[in-house]
Amino acid sequence: MALEKKKYDWWTIGLYLMIVLFGWFNIYAAVYNEAHTSIFDFSVQHGKQIIWMGIAFFLALLITVVEPRVFSNTAYIIYGVVLMLLVVVLFIGQTTNGGQSWINFGSFKFQPSEFAKFGTALALSKYMSGIGIEIKDMRTKIIAFTILLIPAALVLLQHDTGSALVFASFIFPLYREGLPGTILVLGVAAILLFVLTLVMNKFILLGILLVLCLFYLFVWLNKRNSRTYWITAIFFICCAGFVMSVDFAFNNILEPHQQERIDVLLGKEVDMSGAGYNVNQAKIAIGSGGFLGKGWCDGTITKADFVPEQETDFIFCTVGEEWGFFGSTLLVVAYICLLVRLVTLAERQRSTFSRFYGYSVASILFMHIFINIGMVLGLLPVIGIPLPFFSYGGSSLLAFTILLFIFIRQDADRNSLL
Amino acid sequence: MSNQFSDRSLVIKLIFLVIGAIFVIRLSFLQVFTDKYRIKGDDQALRNITQYPPRGLIYDRNGKLLVYNEAVYDLMVIPRMCKGMDTVYFCEMLGIDREEFDQKLNKARKYSPYAASPFMKQISKEEYARWQSKLWKFPGFYISQRTLRIYDRPIAAHVLGYVGEVNEKDIENNPYYKRGDYIGKSGLELSYEELLRGTKGKKVMQVDVHNREIGSYQNGAFDSVPIEGLNLYTTIDAELQQYAEELMANKRGCVIAIEPSTGEVLTLVSAPCYDPNLLVGRARGSNYNKLSEDIAKPLFNRAIQAQYPPGSIFKIAQAMTALQLGVISPGTGFPCDKSKIGCHNHPSASCVQEAIKMSCNPYFYYTYRRIIQQEKYKNIYKDSQYGLTVWNNYMHRFGFGERLGLDIPNVRRGNIPDTAYYNHWYGKERWAFSTIYSNSIGQGEVEVVPLQMANLACIVANRGYYYTPHLLRYYGPDSAVVDSFMVKHETGIEKQYFEIAARGMYDVVHAPGGTAHRAKIDDIAVCGKTGTAENKGIDHSVFVCFAPKDDPKIAVAVYVENSGAGGVFAAPIASLVIEKYLRREVKRVDMEKQYREMAPCQSLPLKYRPAKKSKRR
Repeated sequence: MALEKKKYDWWTIGLYLMIVLFGWFNIYAAVYNEAHTSIFDFSVQHGKQIIWMGIAFFLALLITVVEPRVFSNTAYIIYGVVLMLLVVVLFIGQTTNGGQSWINFGSFKFQPSEFAKFGTALALSKYMSGIGIEIKDMRTKIIAFTILLIPAALVLLQHDTGSALVFASFIFPLYREGLPGTILVLGVAAILLFVLTLVMNKFILLGILLVLCLFYLFVWLNKRNSRTYWITAIFFICCAGFVMSVDFAFNNILEPHQQERIDVLLGKEVDMSGAGYNVNQAKIAIGSGGFLGKGWCDGTITKADFVPEQETDFIFCTVGEEWGFFGSTLLVVAYICLLVRLVTLAERQRSTFSRFYGYSVASILFMHIFINIGMVLGLLPVIGIPLPFFSYGGSSLLAFTILLFIFIRQDADRNSLL
Repeated sequence: MSNQFSDRSLVIKLIFLVIGAIFVIRLSFLQVFTDKYRIKGDDQALRNITQYPPRGLIYDRNGKLLVYNEAVYDLMVIPRMCKGMDTVYFCEMLGIDREEFDQKLNKARKYSPYAASPFMKQISKEEYARWQSKLWKFPGFYISQRTLRIYDRPIAAHVLGYVGEVNEKDIENNPYYKRGDYIGKSGLELSYEELLRGTKGKKVMQVDVHNREIGSYQNGAFDSVPIEGLNLYTTIDAELQQYAEELMANKRGCVIAIEPSTGEVLTLVSAPCYDPNLLVGRARGSNYNKLSEDIAKPLFNRAIQAQYPPGSIFKIAQAMTALQLGVISPGTGFPCDKSKIGCHNHPSASCVQEAIKMSCNPYFYYTYRRIIQQEKYKNIYKDSQYGLTVWNNYMHRFGFGERLGLDIPNVRRGNIPDTAYYNHWYGKERWAFSTIYSNSIGQGEVEVVPLQMANLACIVANRGYYYTPHLLRYYGPDSAVVDSFMVKHETGIEKQYFEIAARGMYDVVHAPGGTAHRAKIDDIAVCGKTGTAENKGIDHSVFVCFAPKDDPKIAVAVYVENSGAGGVFAAPIASLVIEKYLRREVKRVDMEKQYREMAPCQSLPLKYRPAKKSKRR
């Protein structure tokens, strides 16, 4: 074992380092003011982030010396600990920005939900790599979804909608393992229908649906029998039920601020000083960057604190304003390269555990990037969620680093892992 | 190994790529294909602050300050940015009602929703202090400092002019000006606007989300320092100006005093006068209307804009022209033949000097006939045409019929008729000397601006030349001068003839039989010529003079409307001005008092003054 040469994937490590460093520069610019120009001022965020980066790099190094099997062997234990922490945080957690998700740990605050994703990824990978486990089986499906829904529900109880949504990303590894593709399609269709119901008249929408169903039945299909009639009819009734319940769900399940955020996205609400403020300012910051940006630490919107939460969830605004279209595109491309690379690596794993875990890592990162950048660009409603490796914050940087490097470690040893 | 699904990795990669592509497309729409957000961003994060340079000061010839600046503050607004503020509180602080607030804001918005325009102009220092601490509550509002013109003495309004806010046309004509800027509107303020105004500076400040300034933008890369306006040192003698204005109280007319050796205008009064401070500050609009509607026309600068018949003073120019042309000689005499043209009772003049002294109308009738009918042509009409052309040319050499280049706007040229003029009125070869002889005594078609009369006095004082009358001696720290004011204008008439004119004018004041004995000052040799311009109502009283005779220091023209003969009204006033200038004090106290109080025109105000002394002064 010791004699075997470990083949670390330097592409992934390189992209990781690039994104982390670029992130730090933007955190510096976002919190920059003339009073704190020193890089090593540990009283401000960019100084603290240096400490977090040091710890993250140390942990990454630590993981590379740990025997990779340790993670698959302790997967359920880690999962259990994480679940415990999620329960604990409900009782002693500190409320920040409406989300009760922090545990005070001396002078540092700690967010268990960030680690829940990696714990869940390990547990699910462990379960899916079990002998004789086939996703086709109903039993497997139920257990797999239970594993990911328990932490998701606990996170949702903390009012951390963003992190809860991230658990939906496990649909990708499950899909890779054989979950029917129709679930993906149905999921997308359901979201589409939800949005359409909010923007247009329900009955017109149902009318259109009815016409589509009739078109499918009598024009599209060559052969019709009683079964196709029944299926179409049930489909339509389900859709109608869904459409009619959207309003109820929207008004009763979603919280008022979430309703507002969706309204803003759909252009229903134009209160630029209220609910629409963040998104509007984010768009101004990014849009004002132009092609090449205003230059590092020269962003006027950034400096003037027009965008709230700019060093954390809205960090992409800083990139957009100060580095322009050029820098933003570069970051997006770096992220997509990392994701695609991770899928490629996952696919070359010989063990199911490693493969499933690899897909989980890629999917969790993807979900974060998708929601965060989508929100900042005004394509998605405002959902507080950090940009991986990039946003200010110790918990998220450490959690993502651990998540990623466990997989890099697995990949390096892929030939000996079965 | 369930590698039957390994193809699905491609689906997942594709989803990642599609999302990435959507982001890049979205970014390109936000950042590259529109500058909407850049404008919005600059709008809210940057504030362009115009820095107004102090306008140049204006001094008199003795270094006395005439015009200076005082700081005032304007409340500015950027309409697009004022949202979510407590309008009621705002109105309360300003002391306006909601309706006025909306009206002002709409006006500003109509000009530009993005650019700053003044919301409330010229708020006081106390108000400014009160506002400064509250300003952050009202996004879109800020205070800009500027200066107000203050006229140290209430004199020379027509010379100094006034400044006012630029109008749409000014903005259109010159992109330097923005709404709310001030510009010289008349007088020296207008003529030397570009010297006085300096150059505006710009400061780009970054403002934060609370509308507070947080520092300069890009270390001031886009800033420019305002450049101060240049000071003007005028030719005006403030004391003399004030004295002349006092003498002209209750009268309509004008006084112009020029230093003949340089063309520097010492005094330029147009009566009725007004206090230039009337046209300053918030009250300017209403005061301006009051002045412009007054039937005494105080805004009309009679010294340069009024075109009067010159009357008898015109005879000097006729004598000089005839002598130079050789159609008469210094010893030529003509009988005082009242059948040709009316005259007062006096013995016939036996020479030019006597003719000037007695102001004999028939004498100049004959003189003018010799100029017009030089017998170069048999045809009397052609002969007159030729003569008139020659005469016209000479009159122009005296500055008559020309726009004298005085450095304030709206100087008029008067009228010296030429052949085209008479051809137009009477038809070609339908007029001759007999049609136009009234010109000989300064009546008829001839019209002269008072400034040209003073210039005539200068020409005689200089014995044949003049410098363009001007009001600016020098300007700026380098004491720069205007070149055109240094150019000597020759009449081309021999000096000896002017000597005769000077002697004649001396006799007018000093010799028995002269028409202006009241202009005499002990031991100052005053040379003058009276004029009584015929008028539909009471005649205008005219007097031009210079003194001392052999070393002239001052030339004066006085025109008093509807006050009778030149010797009665205009001459004494002119002589008081001369005495004041040469001696710096007037010994003839009784005379001074008498003329100050005389009021040939009834119901004229003493002087237009502000109702109350301004609080700020």
